[in-house]
Amino acid sequence: MVSGGVLCAIALVAVIGPWISPNEYLTADFNNILRSPAFADGHVFGTDDLGRDLFVRTMMGVQVTFAVAIVASVVSLVIGVLYGATAGFVGGRVDAVMMRLVDTLYAMPFIFFVILLLVVFERNFLLIFVAIGAINWLDMARIVRGQTLSLREREFVQAAQLLGVSTPKIILRHIAPNLIGVVIVYVTLTIPQAILIESFLSFLGLGVQEPQTSLGKLVNDGTDQMESAAWLLLIPATLLALILLCFNFLGDGMRDLFDSRRSE
Amino acid sequence: MSLLEVRDLCIRYGDNEVVSGLSFSVGSSESVGLVGESGSGKTQTALAIMGLLPGNAAVGGSIAFDGREIVGAAERQLDRLRAERIGMVFQDPMQALNPYIPIGKQLRRVLLRHGIGDGRKADQRVMHMLDRVGLPDPARQFRAYAHQLSGGMRQRVMIASALIADPDLLIADEPTTALDVTVQAQILDLLERIRDETALLLITHDLGIIAGHCERLLVIDNGRLVEAGPTRKLFSEPQSAHTRKLIDAAPRLDGVTRPAPAPGDRVLETEAVSVSYVERRAELHAVLDLDLQLMAGETVAVVGESGSGKSSFVRAVLGLIPMRAGRVTFLGEELSGPARSRAVEMRRDLQLVFQDPAGSLNPQLRIESIIAEPLSVHAPELDAGGRRERVADALQRVGLDEQLLSRFPHQLSGGQAQRAAIARALIVNPKVLVCDEAVAALDGSVRAQILDLLRREQEATGLAIVFISHDLAVVRSISHRVMVLYLGRLVELADCAAMFARPRHPYTRALLDAVPVPDPLAPGGKLSLGGEMPSIINPPPGCAFHPRCRFALPRCRTEPPRARPVGAARVACHRAEELEL
Repeated sequence: MVSGGVLCAIALVAVIGPWISPNEYLTADFNNILRSPAFADGHVFGTDDLGRDLFVRTMMGVQVTFAVAIVASVVSLVIGVLYGATAGFVGGRVDAVMMRLVDTLYAMPFIFFVILLLVVFERNFLLIFVAIGAINWLDMARIVRGQTLSLREREFVQAAQLLGVSTPKIILRHIAPNLIGVVIVYVTLTIPQAILIESFLSFLGLGVQEPQTSLGKLVNDGTDQMESAAWLLLIPATLLALILLCFNFLGDGMRDLFDSRRSE
Repeated sequence: MSLLEVRDLCIRYGDNEVVSGLSFSVGSSESVGLVGESGSGKTQTALAIMGLLPGNAAVGGSIAFDGREIVGAAERQLDRLRAERIGMVFQDPMQALNPYIPIGKQLRRVLLRHGIGDGRKADQRVMHMLDRVGLPDPARQFRAYAHQLSGGMRQRVMIASALIADPDLLIADEPTTALDVTVQAQILDLLERIRDETALLLITHDLGIIAGHCERLLVIDNGRLVEAGPTRKLFSEPQSAHTRKLIDAAPRLDGVTRPAPAPGDRVLETEAVSVSYVERRAELHAVLDLDLQLMAGETVAVVGESGSGKSSFVRAVLGLIPMRAGRVTFLGEELSGPARSRAVEMRRDLQLVFQDPAGSLNPQLRIESIIAEPLSVHAPELDAGGRRERVADALQRVGLDEQLLSRFPHQLSGGQAQRAAIARALIVNPKVLVCDEAVAALDGSVRAQILDLLRREQEATGLAIVFISHDLAVVRSISHRVMVLYLGRLVELADCAAMFARPRHPYTRALLDAVPVPDPLAPGGKLSLGGEMPSIINPPPGCAFHPRCRFALPRCRTEPPRARPVGAARVACHRAEELEL
């Protein structure tokens, strides 16, 4: 509950902050290079080596990070759960073909895959997230399939089959809700992973481009100035850690919430 | 002074008191039965005596073992006590054994850890113990893993491990609940023979078991002692209404059987149905050539030990598993192929109730949507109001309260959950209801209620029921005809009353003998059948039952008997006419 609140607060500040702040995130103020955090002149988090306001930049980074987290996890959630549940439930040849496809995709080098995507579809803000999600759903599909295999043998699924409930309906109504515990835990693992992959891609120059920024990129930039201007590293890094931690706690809470057995 | 002295025992989880003010004692070498329904606190009591309660349990009162206090004792002391003085046998032998360690090694650990024996001597002691509990070929079983043993064998191993350190007290918590009747009789007999000087505290919900095996009885309800006394006295003159109720609810072999049903149409017919599995290119027959005719308004019981193919048979008929050969006809139309390819009406008319009520209800759905689900397939034209009406009607038929509709399955008791499962099956008004061990997991009194419910429903609607069970005492009160299976083959098919009065097959006789009857003067649970059912991997030649049959002739070893009419029954035994069983 608390972690959900913290996440909401961070998101809110991230959206409103740049609005109300007197500083623009693009404006380079060469009179105020590497100012340490101070309330007096409006640079709450200080400025970076180009004199840009760190508060506004950090908040923009948080926006990007949240977008990555949400888009990537939704993509991997939807594709992964439906794909895995279908393969596991239908079984037999369908299962074999579907899972071999997953194995094949696994074997493709990720970076190569992303470069290919960028070449074909040109560089696009959203594309990065879709690419990350498209990689993450592979793990999700495997995990979901394994769970489905054991759920399929449960008697309530057999009962539904015997009643004549159609296969898509069994998957949506009987299989998917019982996967939630595992899926939620896995999504909370996916979100930090997606955020990290994004910062890695940005570092390679394949991800978010200057002047846009993300938390991962800010941390990267901050490491360069670590000795002279520690706040450039510490502030985005603390925020990133806080967000990741909150997502993990949120995942725990969500699992309890969706598990009817615990919500007494 | 008595060996175990329990005074004012209270066990509390938060605000929930599961045992309150329980006092009793067990003398040395005495056998005491602790009886109660599920949730009455009997297992909690056993765990308290062992000092095994979880950390969040608050324990009050005193438990003195041989003068030493157990409540609040240090873990080290308890460890010693458990190792040397108290042994325990749990309900599920599969979960109590480590699947990765050979059983001989597991047993030896008990000895080595407590310095009772070492090396060779320990091995010998383990071997001796395995021999005493009746494991065939102990030298081989010493190296076997838990999964290689049958349920009965595993429970024997558990008993061996509980008794290997020569304890003064043996606590057996529902030791036979997970086992077949015939194996149950063997295990109880073993417990009786083996314990010598060891005192026994036998915990069970089944009065039939207690009647034959305990000198003294303790009846508990809701964590309180209701009645205590010598077994015979308690059965003949129970003082409390609760004891009376338990005794009445226990299934007996001498009650009235049901009168023959009004003649109805033939609903379901199977001809030469076989089910087989292929393993390592060998064909294993789980079910072989079974014929059955089921009339409207009739209950046919399918009886046999686990592995007899009874579940495989009905599942093949329902189309849940493929048939190898044979024909199934439903109201004159042939049913073929798996359930999902069958016509919608056929699926509506054949319904199944499973053994485990909790497992057959989707834990994520509320009871209302579970019961209403069949309507979405078979009556999609209904609007929300009409659907609610049908659900209310189904609820009333199974005697469930409407308040439960918004609950989740785990918030229901076992009996309530099973009623909900039956409501889901009945809501589409099927013509045939298959109950696969539908009451096996329930307490005595709840079981009686469910059986009563099925009987009433049948009389009201002419429903035909196939009732699968391993328990002949339960079968007797519900069925019109009984079909006994052994290793997938028909053994005997006869009218219920006739079969109980005069079984024609030695196996039927053995099953009847093994039923524990709640009567200390004629306790039943006799051991007339040694060994266990062979596996379908390696069926004996000739009559499948001959290795365990007291009456086997040389002919039985070579020539499989055909099922043929004997009197009014169909029996598959070469000696059916001559034997007086």
